Amino acid sequence: MIALLRRDLLLAVRAGGGFGLGLAFFLILCVLVPFGVGPAPATLAKIAPGILWVGALLACLLSLDRIFQLDAEDGTLDLLATSPLPLEGSASVKALAHWLTTGLPLTLAAAPLGLLLNLPAQATPWLVAGLALGTPALSVIGTFGAALTVGLKRGGLLISLLVLPLYMPTLLFGAEAARRGAEGLDATTPLFLMAGITAGTIALMPFASAAALRMNLR
Amino acid sequence: MYYTAQHLACARGDRTVISGVGFQLRSGQALILRGPNGSGKTTLLRCLAGLTPAVAGSISFSPDEVAYAAHADGLKAQMSVAETLQFWAKVFGARDVTPAIEGFALEPLLNRRVHTLSAGQKRRLSLSRLVLTGRKLWALDEPTVSLDMQAVAQFAGAVTTHLTQGGAAIIATHIDLGLPEAEQLDITPFRATAQTDTDPFLDEALL
Amino acid sequence: MSIWKYANPTQFMRTTRWLLPWLSALAILSVGTGLIWGFFFTPDDFRQGSTVKIIYLHVPSALMAINAWLMMLVTSLIWLIRRHHVSALLARAAAPVGLVMTLIALITGGIWGQPMWGTYWAWDPRLTSFLILFLFYLGYIALWQAVETQDTAADLTSVLCLVGSVFALLSRYAVNFWNQGLHQGTSVPVATGGRTVSDVFFVPLLISMAGFGLMFVVLVLLRTRTEIRARRLQALLARERAAS
Repeated sequence: MIALLRRDLLLAVRAGGGFGLGLAFFLILCVLVPFGVGPAPATLAKIAPGILWVGALLACLLSLDRIFQLDAEDGTLDLLATSPLPLEGSASVKALAHWLTTGLPLTLAAAPLGLLLNLPAQATPWLVAGLALGTPALSVIGTFGAALTVGLKRGGLLISLLVLPLYMPTLLFGAEAARRGAEGLDATTPLFLMAGITAGTIALMPFASAAALRMNLR
Repeated sequence: MYYTAQHLACARGDRTVISGVGFQLRSGQALILRGPNGSGKTTLLRCLAGLTPAVAGSISFSPDEVAYAAHADGLKAQMSVAETLQFWAKVFGARDVTPAIEGFALEPLLNRRVHTLSAGQKRRLSLSRLVLTGRKLWALDEPTVSLDMQAVAQFAGAVTTHLTQGGAAIIATHIDLGLPEAEQLDITPFRATAQTDTDPFLDEALL
Repeated sequence: MSIWKYANPTQFMRTTRWLLPWLSALAILSVGTGLIWGFFFTPDDFRQGSTVKIIYLHVPSALMAINAWLMMLVTSLIWLIRRHHVSALLARAAAPVGLVMTLIALITGGIWGQPMWGTYWAWDPRLTSFLILFLFYLGYIALWQAVETQDTAADLTSVLCLVGSVFALLSRYAVNFWNQGLHQGTSVPVATGGRTVSDVFFVPLLISMAGFGLMFVVLVLLRTRTEIRARRLQALLARERAAS
């Protein structure tokens, strides 16, 4: 399992685009928004938590179809399925690798990008904490979406349609926490609720992902 | 140790491709699957490897005893040969990668990235993984594709070594590998035509 | 005699062939009675005027939008556990009907909302969860159409339906939280079911709800029959190809 994680990270680094692409997209989105809504600091400060969360979510979405697609195309997935590793474990490891290459860098980049969008300083800790707690759920749920569409030629678009409704609760609590933080309120309640969702998805979604993979390999 | 399958029917997608296949194989023996393209060799091998459940029939061994090598090489262009071998060794819990390196003459390639290898070299690397699995029964799908004469001989040697060590192999191939005691099985006659018993939508009463 | 007998496509076709005309007649009768009674033979509400009468479309369609998903959940489970083809096809057939019901509920809600609340749309928890339900239906249908192998498609959509149900439920309560956090005090009161409605309005509403339920059953059975025929055609073509 650790070998698989190391291999996935190695591939993400060597193949290029693994780390960089999501981050670059996140940055571009945060640069584009002020062009779209105007540079007024008050407006930006108000929508910054939402923009950062939606941006993180979309950046996460970008690399989802690569989680299993490449392995399925070159036959590695068949070999992994026949290996002693349980498919549930492989799915968890893949999700972890996806989080390390997208969710984690996005979380780290959120604070400086928040400055760019005039995010109130008191909201930044809440935003970063929210992303740190929420992005693992995005990766795990995304892995499920990738497992569902692994056999399809044009899975990328379908993944978005399948996965985005599932992201709804996480997005909602995450953005709510950042918004409450911006207003100087206590945001622990939405954070706890989101952490609950993350814990639940990490525990259960790999089983659904593995089931979907098995169905697709048939 | 015997490996047997009886009255096996296997499906690809919604369609049952072959039915009624049976064989018995003992340790040290190889079974060569023959049949034209589309006759169901790949489907049968995937079924034996546990990737698709059998529609009907019984298999005496567990998929955990089968090392499966597909058409596709399952290699990553960005990894080196040594990294690839080590990765699969870890996955299958093998301690030592030297038998794989020696069996397929990979020594001079160890530090090369996979994308710099020729198709035949990739094939050899892909097949060397079989040694790492430590599993007794090899299920090989067209293993000699893009191998030259010398590499085919090398591969036949590796299979023979595996057989003498008490292993067994089921190989779908069109060429003669010159394996001792190899048994032939032509699966053409087992091609499934009537699906009535497996497909409820072919019931004649259904209108 | 058990219910599983009907999981056989042949038996299903035979039974529904004589059942459908009766059910269709009953559905048309009750939807017609409910709507005509509701639209023309109930008094105007003293506050809402005649706009209240859209309730006879809105409430039944909203009810069926949710029930259709519940039915898909049950049939998906049956497919996953017992692998009855008819069950999977029932789920497949129900999805577009549920989608349209959701759409009707959303549109009639908007039309009703405009004179009542002064807006076609508000990010009220109830409205938002229906929009999310709409997205779930879209994803479910898209997945069915994208996967070519029928049994695999049935498997994958069933798993999606199970997972989706959990998340739909989560979203339902999550938006509650979100909305209270955002606009406290301005949340829009939505007329729910019949509890607040007097008998004059309630009886035709009940008939209308029963009618929509029957209509749903009829449509799903019809679509399932079509799906079964399509599958049979596919199987026949495959057999012909295999024989040649």
